[in-house]
Amino acid sequence: MTAITRADVAHLARLARLDIAPDELDHYASQLDVILQSVARVSEVAADDIPPTSHPIPMVNVYRDDVAVPGLDRASVAAMAPAWEDDRFRVPRILDEEQP
Amino acid sequence: MNAGMEADLTRQSAAVLAGAIAAGDVSAEEVAQAHLDRITAVDERVHAFLEVTADAALESARSVDRRRAAGDRLGPLAGVPIAVKDVLTMKGVPTTCGSRVLEGWRPPYDSTVVERLRAADMVILGKTNMDEFAMGSSTEHSAYGPSHNPWDLERIPGGSGGGSAAAIASFEAPLAIGTDTGGSIRQPAAVTGTVGVKPTYGGVSRYGLVALASSLDQAGPCARSVLDTALLHAAIAGHDPRDSTSIDAPVPDVVAAAQRADVRGLRVGLVRELGGEGYQAGVSQRFAEAVELLEALGAEVVEVSCPHFEYALGAYYLILPSEASSNLARFDGMRYGLRVGDDGSRSVEEVMSLTRDAGFGAEVKRRIMIGTYALSSGYYDAYYGQAQKVRTLITRDFAAAFEQADVLISPTAPTTAFKIGEKVDDPIAMYLNDIATIPVNLAGNAAMSLPIGLAPEDGLPVGLQIMAPPMADDRLYLVGGAIEAALSDRWGHLLIEEVPSL
Repeated sequence: MTAITRADVAHLARLARLDIAPDELDHYASQLDVILQSVARVSEVAADDIPPTSHPIPMVNVYRDDVAVPGLDRASVAAMAPAWEDDRFRVPRILDEEQP
Repeated sequence: MNAGMEADLTRQSAAVLAGAIAAGDVSAEEVAQAHLDRITAVDERVHAFLEVTADAALESARSVDRRRAAGDRLGPLAGVPIAVKDVLTMKGVPTTCGSRVLEGWRPPYDSTVVERLRAADMVILGKTNMDEFAMGSSTEHSAYGPSHNPWDLERIPGGSGGGSAAAIASFEAPLAIGTDTGGSIRQPAAVTGTVGVKPTYGGVSRYGLVALASSLDQAGPCARSVLDTALLHAAIAGHDPRDSTSIDAPVPDVVAAAQRADVRGLRVGLVRELGGEGYQAGVSQRFAEAVELLEALGAEVVEVSCPHFEYALGAYYLILPSEASSNLARFDGMRYGLRVGDDGSRSVEEVMSLTRDAGFGAEVKRRIMIGTYALSSGYYDAYYGQAQKVRTLITRDFAAAFEQADVLISPTAPTTAFKIGEKVDDPIAMYLNDIATIPVNLAGNAAMSLPIGLAPEDGLPVGLQIMAPPMADDRLYLVGGAIEAALSDRWGHLLIEEVPSL
């Protein structure tokens, strides 16, 4: 498996929306590399014909009665919002003038 | 107070406290006050709690006393104090998950576990410390500083649920709720000389449990004795329609099993792959003695092999970060929690990235990036896809082992409690603490850790792990109860009685 570079960490951080400082990239690169080398051992197992498990206790078609119940209390949700305006969550602008 | 009660209420078991409150020998308020006083006296050094809800605790204790006086029928643990890991929501009470990103957040709803504690008339003392979003084995990854092990305050109390384990081991609470994604109930129990159970996946509702890895997370009981653990298990378990992974079947009778405490004729499987090299000498010694004890108690011990367990750590540290990177995407600084850098000119993407960088600690960032990598196109099959197949093989190993044995056993953790700071910046060394506990989470089984003595070389507690098939949680209590009774007979008390006074 390929070694994780500083540029790889910067790319992963951007995908994961983590504004990691440039001077931390090398430290993370070496740690992520060690972790990935260690977990890559799973590839030693011959498992081509083995079905994957996504959930430990298999369950399908879990239904519950379609009964209306009260949602969360609006005022207590608003009170916890970082910014609230005109009865809505206020968020920063969503469009960039130029895409990086 | 009845003369038969030991003066110090904080040293009593939950079962004894519940009986004394029910008999009117002591009031729930006195019991709550005694534990709050104990927290005031020792928590500056132990740091088990992130939030103590003293007023609410006393109010609910008085309510129990009033209703008892009025002749109301109350639950079997009515009036007994409990601490709750800070990863479960509690309406109006700060729930941080050990993270800056949720600092000051007061959830607008109760988790099902908290709802059931309230319905059982239990008295919630507060919220306990944990590794940030349950990522860790020491509480050192808590943004609010580590908890300390009551056996030696310079050592870790385990993690992620180190706060809950430290709270019960320091007699701040007789009971606590933990959550176990890769060992976060069992490993803290092992290193603090207490008992903890990870129920079968789906046995306890995850509604209101802030998700780390949804296919692995499971809440469960922590206590100082097997019977207390069973009483709490019974109080919180059972089907919840608000969690679609909750098992819609009767809860095994764990309390009756703890009381029966009998291993005669039971087949106990020794897992060859969980032991030997990498395990501290004193851990291996106490474990070998526990095996002899089980035989002396009438169990039939057989050796079993689970050949794919050696790949469990790798599979876990791919599956968990993958699920975590997805689950933690919800912390975007838009609807709740921290928001950083919203100066009116920055875009939502910039604010989100600044918020997440400021709000998450190093371990959380590592795991989010590993998960992002493992789920990336081009790597998905080699990493996440392969890990899911290994998960199937581990489940099959368990199924084969349970053909030969009713329960499986191993040491809970490879070492006793290590020093704070020893492994904090070495992820692999930290991950290895969970090597024996992780297979159970991958397969969804039930498992218990209970104390089996102190390691001769350092005088610190050693835990025995008992593993049962899914929905056979009662077997844990059957075996745990028998071992605890035999060891208490030999020692004249529970191991926790030997903890240094703080």
